Amino acid sequence: MTTMEIAALVAVMAAVTFLTRALPFLLFGRGGEPPKVVLYLGKFLPPAVIAMLIVYCYRNVSFAAADGWAPAFIAGLAVVLLHVWKKNNMLSIVGGTVLYMVLVQLVF
Amino acid sequence: MDQKTLAAAFPHTAPVLMGYLSIGVVFGWMMSAAGFVPLWSAAMSVTIYAGSGQYLGVDLLANASPLADAAFLTLVINFRHLVYGLSMLEKFQGMGWRKLYMIFSLTDETYALLAGVKAPEGVDEKRFYFTIAVLDHLYWIAGSLLGAVAGALITINTEGIDFAMTALFLVIAVEQWQSGAKRAPVYLGAAGTLACLLVFGPQGGRFLIPALVILVAGLLLLRPRLEGGGMQ
Repeated sequence: MTTMEIAALVAVMAAVTFLTRALPFLLFGRGGEPPKVVLYLGKFLPPAVIAMLIVYCYRNVSFAAADGWAPAFIAGLAVVLLHVWKKNNMLSIVGGTVLYMVLVQLVF
Repeated sequence: MDQKTLAAAFPHTAPVLMGYLSIGVVFGWMMSAAGFVPLWSAAMSVTIYAGSGQYLGVDLLANASPLADAAFLTLVINFRHLVYGLSMLEKFQGMGWRKLYMIFSLTDETYALLAGVKAPEGVDEKRFYFTIAVLDHLYWIAGSLLGAVAGALITINTEGIDFAMTALFLVIAVEQWQSGAKRAPVYLGAAGTLACLLVFGPQGGRFLIPALVILVAGLLLLRPRLEGGGMQ
């Protein structure tokens, strides 16, 4: 990628992120009541989106051979178990990632 | 940012300091592992300033994603910010020039802090909020830069470090799961996205567009049930 292409991607991400933060203030900053359906989606869409993003992260697993799926599922299970057990974000993320790296580099 | 306000604000931000340094370090390290110089990590943390959004950003940059795909995915992942803004409308009123920065810097963690803290006696409320927002942002930038430089200097085999993004989303999901919130949206999100992945294939992540349509439509259909259950 050229510097311009990287800069363009970063700029798009920055602009869209800012837009999602600014929109409520632009739309309802002058005292208007947000429509109930917006509040409803704002409450229930985020958990659905997280589930969607997890599927996105696993989009390239392949069940043709063990190295196509085992590292991602074993490490993912480790993250969940670590987090249920210790509730420490850093431990869960770094622990799971290191396990994944070991699995793809040395085991499978 | 005067000293008195800083002294009042800093203790509140200490947990965010730990969190942002560590999550930021992992972000910077992923960026370096993907081949981007530390300046890009810093630039992203200054201008985007979103944890999961930037983790996804590494993925988008590493795959040289088209701008439209990047815009769509960033929108989807940051949709939750709409809710934060709605509950900060009053709090940010009368903050003058600082308001724009407060809106820009409204991350999950800063939102959680601002929603819960009160300025101590004798400290200007607006300056207090602003100082918290600036400190959090600085922690995030520092963490990213630290990780990016470390990742550029330390040459170990980093294959698989991108799994940190998956791990981050799994952590968020576990916390969501245990919070006692309704689970139907999670089932809908997983099943709807999986169906679209099977039908459209993984290329470029475009299956997320029909998936999002299904999620919104599904949630609207579930509305009587989900909202009805909440009013007892």
